Amino acid sequence: MKKVLNIAPVSRIEGHAKIAIHLDDDGNVENTFLHIQSLRGFEKFIEGRPAEEVPRIVNRICGICPWMHHLASNKAVDGAFGVTPTPTGHKLREMCQVMAHINDKILHFFFLAAPDFVLGPDADYSVRNIMGMVKAAPELAKQVVKMRQLGQMMLDKFAGKAIHPVAGVVGGFAKPMAEEERKELLQGTQTLLDFGCYALDFAINNVFAKYMDIIGDLGAIKTGFLGMVDREDGSLRLYDGKLRLMKSDGSFVDFEGNEYIDYIGEHVEPWAYSKMVYAKSWNEGFDMALTEPKGIYRVNTLARINVCDKISTPKAQAALETFRNSFGRPAQQTLLYHYARLIELIYSCERTIELLEWEGITGQNVRAKVEPKAGRGVGVVEAPRGTLIHDYTTDENGCISGANLIVGTTHNIAPMNMSVKQAASTFIKDGVYSEGVLNQVEMAVRAYDP
Amino acid sequence: MGVTTALEWLGSCSGCEIAILNIGEDLVSLITETLNIVHAPILMDHKYFGQCGEGVTLEIPEAVVGIVTGGVNNREHLEVLQEMRKKCKVLLALGTCATHGGIPALMNGQDQLESWEGIFSTVSTDPGAEIPNVEVPPPLDRVYACDEKVKIDMQLPGCPPNPELIGEVIVALAEGRVPVLPGKSVCDTCPTKREGKGMVDKVKRFINNVEFKPGTPIDEMRCLLEQGYMCMGPVTVAGCAKRGGPSCISARVPCRGCFGPVRRDGNQLLDMMNGLVSNGLDFKSVVDRRSVLRFSGAHGRLRPVKKRVARGKVK
Repeated sequence: MKKVLNIAPVSRIEGHAKIAIHLDDDGNVENTFLHIQSLRGFEKFIEGRPAEEVPRIVNRICGICPWMHHLASNKAVDGAFGVTPTPTGHKLREMCQVMAHINDKILHFFFLAAPDFVLGPDADYSVRNIMGMVKAAPELAKQVVKMRQLGQMMLDKFAGKAIHPVAGVVGGFAKPMAEEERKELLQGTQTLLDFGCYALDFAINNVFAKYMDIIGDLGAIKTGFLGMVDREDGSLRLYDGKLRLMKSDGSFVDFEGNEYIDYIGEHVEPWAYSKMVYAKSWNEGFDMALTEPKGIYRVNTLARINVCDKISTPKAQAALETFRNSFGRPAQQTLLYHYARLIELIYSCERTIELLEWEGITGQNVRAKVEPKAGRGVGVVEAPRGTLIHDYTTDENGCISGANLIVGTTHNIAPMNMSVKQAASTFIKDGVYSEGVLNQVEMAVRAYDP
Repeated sequence: MGVTTALEWLGSCSGCEIAILNIGEDLVSLITETLNIVHAPILMDHKYFGQCGEGVTLEIPEAVVGIVTGGVNNREHLEVLQEMRKKCKVLLALGTCATHGGIPALMNGQDQLESWEGIFSTVSTDPGAEIPNVEVPPPLDRVYACDEKVKIDMQLPGCPPNPELIGEVIVALAEGRVPVLPGKSVCDTCPTKREGKGMVDKVKRFINNVEFKPGTPIDEMRCLLEQGYMCMGPVTVAGCAKRGGPSCISARVPCRGCFGPVRRDGNQLLDMMNGLVSNGLDFKSVVDRRSVLRFSGAHGRLRPVKKRVARGKVK
C-alpha cells in the first residue's frame, strides 16, 4: 500500500521545514519533498521605509545570522545612496561579520550536528541532542557552551547587541573602537582560535575518521558551487569580494554581486514557499534529477572551500591543503560541509585577529557623510548558510521603492531536496525503515545547516 | 528530574532561541537539571507525527512549562500553538513576535495577496511562477500575537529578550513563583544626560552618528531625543539594559522600541508622537510614522492603507 512518511518538524536546523517521503506499493521511495513552511514577506514590508532604517529591520530575517542581513543591507543602502564607507567603518563591519561566523560555526557543529556523530545516528531521540552530549561528554559540552558564549558576549559588549545588531550604519559604523576594547577582543579571539584548531582536530579524529563510509555516501550528489573570493588573488572572502560560479567539472566564471541577475534565477515549485535558486547562465534550465541535474549548484561552507583558490591565513590554509589532498577540488560529498565549516571557523578567528591588528581599526573616522537619495544598490556577503544578496531601489526621499532578497539557504533548497531523495532511496527498501534510518535522511539536510 | 518543558517556534527567526543559549554558564544546568526538555525543534528530535512520521494528528508531549516564540502567521502556527496550549500547564510567550507581533507584523500594513504576488514575480524569479499552495500551510488573514489566539499565562518581550530575564522567568516558572521583571520605560534605565528641551525642532534621520566623545561612558553622552533623533526609549518597556545602559543606546544608536509598549496595551505610535511634541519636536518631520509600530503591529494596530479611488473612474 502506498504511504507517506511525514518527518516534521525537521529538527536541529535553523528554520521551519518538513520532509515527506512518498512510498510506493512495494514500500520503495517514489518521491520525496522538502517542504519549506514559512513565508513572512520582508521584501514587501520594507517598501516605503527610510532606507537607513532597513538594516535594523531585515536583521530579523534570521536570529542566527542577523549580522549577515544587517551588513548586506547596509552595503545595499550604501550603494543606493552612492556612499563609500570610511576604511575604518568598512573594517569594523567586516570584523563583526567574521566574528559572527565564529559563533555560528560552533553552534551548528556542536549544538546541532554533533549529537548525530558523538551519540550516533541511531541513538534514541531523547538523548541524541546537546542535553545528551552534556551527559555523554560533559567536559567537551561545557567547553563548547563556554566558547560560544565568549564569542557572543564579545560582540554584544562591543556592538551593543549580538542578536539583531544595530551598530552597522549606512556609511560605516556607529562608534569607533577604543584601544581597551581592541585588546580585550584580541585576547578573546586568540582563545577562540585555539578552540577552533582543537575543534578541527577533534572532528578529524573522532568524527570524520569514524564515519568515513557515511560521509562518502550519505546525501551525495554532484553539483556546481557558488561563493565569494578575493577580487585580486581568488582567496576565500566572507564580507567583500567577487562571486565565483563553478561547474561540477571545476571550470568557473567570476562576476560582481550587482550582476547577479545575469547569472542566477529563481525557480518556484508549488510545494515550497522558498524559491529555488539556480544557475541561469548555464542555459540548461532547472532539473533536480539525481543522475543529471540541470542548473543546480550549492552554496555555504563546502562551496566556499571549493571555489576559493586559497585561504589568506596560515592555519586555515594548512587545513585546506589537507582537505584538498584527501577529497580533491571540487569535493562533492555532502557531509564534508561539516569539515569545511571547521576550516572556516579557523579562518574566521584568524581573519578577526588580522583585522584587530590592522593599524587603522581604532581610527575615529567611522562613518562617511550620507545624503538620502534615489538610486539602486546591491549588497552581497557570505552568510554562514551561503551567498546573501540584498538589492534595493530607493526613491528621491531615500525610502525603499523596491527590494529583491536572495538569502543563503534558498540556493541550497534544490540540492537539499536532491540529497533527501538520494538518502531516502538508499536507506528505505521494500518498506523497511526505522527511526535511525529516517534520522540519517535528516542528517543529509542538517549538513547544509539550513 | 527537572520540570517538563516544551519549546516551540512559530513565525520566528530563532533569535529568541539563541538568546536562551546566551544565558551563559548557567545554561548547562538549566537545560539538563532545572528543566526536563521533552520537545524543542531547534535542539531535539521529538516529532509531531510519531518518530517514524506515520501518525496523522500533530502531537506534542504534555509538559508543565511551555515556551512559545514567534507570532501566528499561518494555519500550522495556529495548530501548533493550540496544541501547546492544550498540553502545557503554564504557557510563556517569549519575544516581541509572540507578545506583540514583532517585525513580521509589519506585513499587517500591506495587502497580503498583492504582496505575495509581488514576491513571486521579482526580477530574478522565473516568469509565470505562482504562489505555492501544495502541502504548505495557508496564511492567516494577518499576523497575530499569541494572546490574540490562545490564553497566555506570562509574557516576556524583547527582540531578542534579555538572556538574564529569560533565565529569571524560566527559573521562576520552574519554582512556581512570580518572576521579577522591570515594568518601567527604557528611559528609566538610560543614564544619558538630560538637560531639558531639545536643541532642534525637527526629527533627524539617523544618517549621521550621534554626538558623543569616543571612549567615554554613555552617562557622558546627551540624551538622543534631546539631540534630535527619534529615540523610542520613553514609550518602550525596559528590559534590554545590560552593562549599565540600554543595548542600542550603548552602541550609540537610538532605540526603535523592540521590547514593545510600556503598558501591554499601549500604543507606541501615539505615545511617541506625544513625547516628541512635549520635547518641542515637530512630529510631522518623522519620515515614516507608521513604522514606529514596527514591533507592535499585531493587536490590530497596523492595517493596510486604504487605497484612494480616483473620482470619475468606473471599473
